Amino acid sequence: MDCVATGGNVKVLAKAIHSLSRIGEELYLEPVEDGLALRSVNSSRSAFACFLLSPLFFQRYQAPSDQSFRCKMPIKSVQAVFKSLASLDRSVEKCRIQLNSEKSRLTITLHCKHGLLKTHNLSYQDCESLQAVFDKGSCANVLQAQPRLMVDTVLHFPPSLEEVNLSVSSDRVWLRNHVEDDADSSRAMLTELCLSSEEFDHFAVGSQTSVTFCLKELRGLLVFAESSGLPVSMYFDEPGGPVILSVTDSVLEANFVLATLSEDSPDSEQPPDDFMSDNMDSFLIAMETSELPGLSHVPTSPPRPTNNNRKHSFSEEEEEEEEALAEGPPNKKFCSLFFGSVLPTPSQLPNQTMQSQEMLASDSEDENQTETS
Amino acid sequence: MPLSTQSQADIDQYILIASLDNARNLSNILKAISFRDHAIFNATQNGLKVTVEDSKCLQANAFIQVGVGGQLTSFKTQSQVCVCTALRMCYNGYGYPLTLFLEEGGVVTVCKINTQEPEEPIDFDFCSTNVTNKVILQSDSLKEAFSELDMTSEVLQITMSPSHPYFRLSTFGNSGNAHYDYPKDSDMMELFQCTKIQTNRYKMSLLKPSTKALALSCKVSVRTDSRGFLSLQYLVRNDDGQICFVEYYCCPDEVEEE
Repeated sequence: MDCVATGGNVKVLAKAIHSLSRIGEELYLEPVEDGLALRSVNSSRSAFACFLLSPLFFQRYQAPSDQSFRCKMPIKSVQAVFKSLASLDRSVEKCRIQLNSEKSRLTITLHCKHGLLKTHNLSYQDCESLQAVFDKGSCANVLQAQPRLMVDTVLHFPPSLEEVNLSVSSDRVWLRNHVEDDADSSRAMLTELCLSSEEFDHFAVGSQTSVTFCLKELRGLLVFAESSGLPVSMYFDEPGGPVILSVTDSVLEANFVLATLSEDSPDSEQPPDDFMSDNMDSFLIAMETSELPGLSHVPTSPPRPTNNNRKHSFSEEEEEEEEALAEGPPNKKFCSLFFGSVLPTPSQLPNQTMQSQEMLASDSEDENQTETS
Repeated sequence: MPLSTQSQADIDQYILIASLDNARNLSNILKAISFRDHAIFNATQNGLKVTVEDSKCLQANAFIQVGVGGQLTSFKTQSQVCVCTALRMCYNGYGYPLTLFLEEGGVVTVCKINTQEPEEPIDFDFCSTNVTNKVILQSDSLKEAFSELDMTSEVLQITMSPSHPYFRLSTFGNSGNAHYDYPKDSDMMELFQCTKIQTNRYKMSLLKPSTKALALSCKVSVRTDSRGFLSLQYLVRNDDGQICFVEYYCCPDEVEEE
């Protein structure tokens, strides 16, 4: 694999990685047909982000000869390559990413001014493809706004706020901080912003609805969107279904897929002025997928623990431990997103189906016997 | 001179009087080498030399030109110096404290710092005749490199060679290794004299304090001798154009000669 990014795109690449670091601790790198995919997922599998950089993003794009190459590495290691983010566009002329499969190293070379050459040889792990299943086209509600609008809106919420609630009616959007049911309402500070549909570049609300998702992860996307100046699109349906935030231009596409709190209360149908009573006991994210034949019913309880030893285990107890380590949303509220099948080959699908029905994991290394490390 | 209120009698009793109109320069330089609690002050006709050492492996010297009157003397004292606008440093001789007169806005503060017996500073025996490789770089490019160095690496490896990679800084950290290459024809490279390829490793923890001096400097001279000992010399230009030097000597962690 040999990819070269030049000029301003080096900074875009660095910002994309920086954005992904707000989601998860590992960077998944996969050259695909449409370009280079950079992905990340949080430990509770309730947030997923993917940057797809088309070959045109690069001055030179050569996919690896091994079509199935995929790797992951700690995202901090990659971020370290792109330190001094502010001066990147002034100092770096070219960034080259090469794969050295014999030594299991990804080599990132920065050609800088004054002839300075920075070479980073990063070790990586082979892994499975990480891909959440989502369909923007089927979402009933679509909003698009300039990043500035979203940044300014989100500014009103304290950095410590975990979840934010987005409600839409036929002509308005409300953004408010989400307060726990058990919190003392007389002490909690409630912040609400109301935006008219006219503030949006695109406003298509199929049905009045209200979704609650993690603000930190939204901020992760906004960091990128603001620097790129590209409009942000939001796709969502009912509570419980994911909200998809998307930034696109001719050479790249970024999608942030965030789980939302599920709602059992019928009140969720109306544009709420009161706070909804969230039923914390049933968390359900239903995502229909036709890619996994045989998959019948989505489990209503949090997925059972898997057998593997990776930290992405799904047991509730372990998740809550990891919660202390990860800074994602409280895992008990958000269910994991559906992830796509591990391997595209149809012959393996029936095997995968049985396991992934409960697991929802795609990068389960120990299941894939064909993978060599 | 703001401190001229001192009487002639007072002045005569001191064997060392060093005066600075602006103590900030001295303060910055001293901060650049104050990685230990104690420093050895050496006053000569030419100026002040302050030495700080660490574990017999690292030595830092700061050379400051100050208005100096008095005899050759040497003493050891605390290396933290209070900053004020004007400074006069006075020393009565062996056994007496170092007296600092600091003046700002008409207010004079007098500090007396106890002195101790200085130990003999290590002689790294680094002399110009033994130098195998030498480069002089503009500090800006090194500043960037040092700020990005992978601190999970225990060592900093410096390779100097008459051929590629010419001048290379390498780290070996948790996520992999990294190399910073400076070509000999880079416009940041003011001098490039390498006779043979040398690769040496130095403990990162020993070199880390030198980044303060690097931050103040505009040029750096990097030299290694036949034993692999490293000499870093930083040229610091003050606001008033005065030049000071800070140098670091460091012994290698392991010697690898290719």
